[in-house]
Amino acid sequence: MADKNDNILEEVSGSEYKYGFYTDIEMDQAPPGLTEDTIRFISAKKNEPGFMLAFRLKAFRHWKTLKEPDWAHVAYPPINYQDLIYYSAPRKRPKYDNLDEVDPELLETFEKLGIPLDEQKMLAGVAVDAVMDSVSVGSTFKKTLAEHGVIFCSFSEALQKHPDLIKKYMGSVVPYTDNYFASLNSAVFSDGSFAYIPRGVRCPLELSTYFRINAANTGQFERTLIIAEEGSYVSYMEGCTAPIRDENQLHAAIVEIIAHKDAEVKYSTVQNWWPGDKEGKGGVYNFVTKRGICEGDNAKISWTQVETGSAITWKYPSLILKGNNTIGEFYSVAVTNNKQQADTGTKMIHLGKNTRSTIISKGISGGQSNNSYRGLVKTGRKAENARNFSQCDSLLLGDQCGAHTFPYIDVGNRSSIVEHEATTSKISEDQLFYCLQRGIDMEGAIGLIVNGYAKDVLSKLPMEFAVEAQKLLSISLEGSIG
Amino acid sequence: MLRVKNLTVSIHGKPIIKGLNLEVNEGEVHAIMGPNGSGKSTLASVIAGHKMFDVDKGEISYMGKNIFDMPAETRAREGIFLGFQYPVEIPGVSIANFMRTAINEKRKYLGLDPLTGAEFLKLMEEKKKMVEIHSKLANRSVNEGFSGGEKKKNEIFQMAMLEPRLAILDETDSGLDIDALKVVANGVNKLRRKDNATVLITHYQRLLDYIVPDFVHILYDGRIIKSGNKELAMELEEKGYDWIRKETATGAA
Ligand SMILES: Nc1ncnc2c1ncn2[C@@H]1O[C@H](COP(=O)(O)OP(=O)(O)OP(=O)(O)O)[C@@H](O)[C@H]1O
Ligand SMILES: [Mg+2]
Repeated sequence: MADKNDNILEEVSGSEYKYGFYTDIEMDQAPPGLTEDTIRFISAKKNEPGFMLAFRLKAFRHWKTLKEPDWAHVAYPPINYQDLIYYSAPRKRPKYDNLDEVDPELLETFEKLGIPLDEQKMLAGVAVDAVMDSVSVGSTFKKTLAEHGVIFCSFSEALQKHPDLIKKYMGSVVPYTDNYFASLNSAVFSDGSFAYIPRGVRCPLELSTYFRINAANTGQFERTLIIAEEGSYVSYMEGCTAPIRDENQLHAAIVEIIAHKDAEVKYSTVQNWWPGDKEGKGGVYNFVTKRGICEGDNAKISWTQVETGSAITWKYPSLILKGNNTIGEFYSVAVTNNKQQADTGTKMIHLGKNTRSTIISKGISGGQSNNSYRGLVKTGRKAENARNFSQCDSLLLGDQCGAHTFPYIDVGNRSSIVEHEATTSKISEDQLFYCLQRGIDMEGAIGLIVNGYAKDVLSKLPMEFAVEAQKLLSISLEGSIG
Repeated sequence: MLRVKNLTVSIHGKPIIKGLNLEVNEGEVHAIMGPNGSGKSTLASVIAGHKMFDVDKGEISYMGKNIFDMPAETRAREGIFLGFQYPVEIPGVSIANFMRTAINEKRKYLGLDPLTGAEFLKLMEEKKKMVEIHSKLANRSVNEGFSGGEKKKNEIFQMAMLEPRLAILDETDSGLDIDALKVVANGVNKLRRKDNATVLITHYQRLLDYIVPDFVHILYDGRIIKSGNKELAMELEEKGYDWIRKETATGAA
């Protein structure tokens, strides 16, 4: 009897829910909760083609069968997925009328990063004046790209204009079954970016400026798809050095990159989500699945990441080296301070012959934070002469923080060579005193030392981005040593 | 310029400097000599503001101000320079970047605009010539992989860049070949002015052939037990510390 009652109850409330949805298609936000209806709502809102809805639903059904992973070296209270809001239209009206209304602490950080005033307004959600018209900046940019046949637009736009490309490639590198957060993203992703570089084209611009201007509202479940056709080249930059506060605590993004024969993709990220207060309260959980595939021979993909934000980061940009002679690179700086936790690393899967990969990971921990590197290097049976070199360094500031390295190596043939080096060091009192004695204060000293330590990775970033990233590293570590 | 009065310093409860007096005025060069472990580097560190040591008693004033009111970086910006006995490595930080940061911090403190990239490079070229440092050394990371002598030369280069009012050089001559010794001595001599002062900590009288000191002090077991002029250094070289110890012991008796 009880069962039957429950069913009725569910039916009634469920239908009310449903009713709520469809009568109010104009509303900007989905009510909290995650059901098939939520997914239908999102898909309808975005006017998506049928295959997209089908994909989302498959992902959702799969996700329901999964359990949240707990193997990472991070700890957080359980997330109630039914409490979250899965769709919220991009904010059209600015949050504030002028900068005076914005949290002064945030502005101070902008100032330190040297972000231009107009951009500060953008990022803080302040109304911008006509001079900084992001639409027009975006459109000149787009024109140049169009002349070269490069497609660069939001994921939603791509779904409308290039559904065939999406259908062909989406989920081909990160299948919706991949992991808990990838399944969730596949079911409910809000928007993201799409880039397509045609055959033989060297993308004339860093795909960055535009993105940065539009980065403030990309949403909680982003999805990025980059396709580099044969012989093409692109440098893609995601993220923003400015700290982004977000009312959404959980971020679960997916990035997929496909590099065909002789193509090269450079992907750079600076991630600086709000880490929460000193106690880690209110910070963003960033659970990201990023993966690229060097599909054709001689293709090359590199990931360069600077991670300074988020309360928790869970992120392993990986590469599948499928074609022969393909090259994979992973350069990472992950900074944790206060109570931040980061579990990050990479996977290099060597399948083709003569494939080569390089991993350089620099972890920096201060305060009471925890910073883990987790890396897998796998060479398949046919990956003759595969080579990997991994260097994983940890730098500790103070003695209350932790650094952990978890390298996994799985060699499937005899001709592969896999090398792994790891070091852990501390900023020494003597180094600090040396700087102080030259008139550099404690913060400046830590900034210098840390930037020196991370130099090998920072030097891989696009120039303009690198300068910002350097400042960011110093700022992130303020107050990390007593 | 610098006045140390009855200074007593300890570390982890172990006394190292035991009532030391020293006065250094503008335009003077002082040499401090003394056996290993007598407290020379400790004195230098305390003047520079290292927090590791406990100052139990005494005073240090610099340019008429109580030095203990200033953190280490302020002392540096006020013109105190310490040439380290053991310069540390800072991997990945180029000397150029390091010096530019240091100079601009000092300028900020003095209310001056930072040097532009071009101005800085010009200054660096000038000083490199002055202290005869190899061009390439300045592009390398601070002390990383430097030979012992290179580290010492790098200290002199930094001193030239920062133009201190009071330079304390802690065994900058140790480990130098004879040519490098001349380079270092030349650097110090060129930087010598009426309004600045140098304290040389050294074990060897030969440095004093190149940089002639106005005063020589002998630091023994945490105290300056004898002061004199250049002759004292020569006498010490000849007779060793035993002689001094006996002499002061009998003198005291
Ligand atoms: N950090 C420390 N911890 C413990 N003892 C210390 C420390 N620093 C210095 N000392 C002790 O203080 C005494 C003086 O050391 P200091 O380095 O000042 O000597 P020094 O005169 O410079 O000797 P040297 O000629 O060998 O350079 C020594 O006995 C040394 O062991
Ligand atoms: Mg010494």
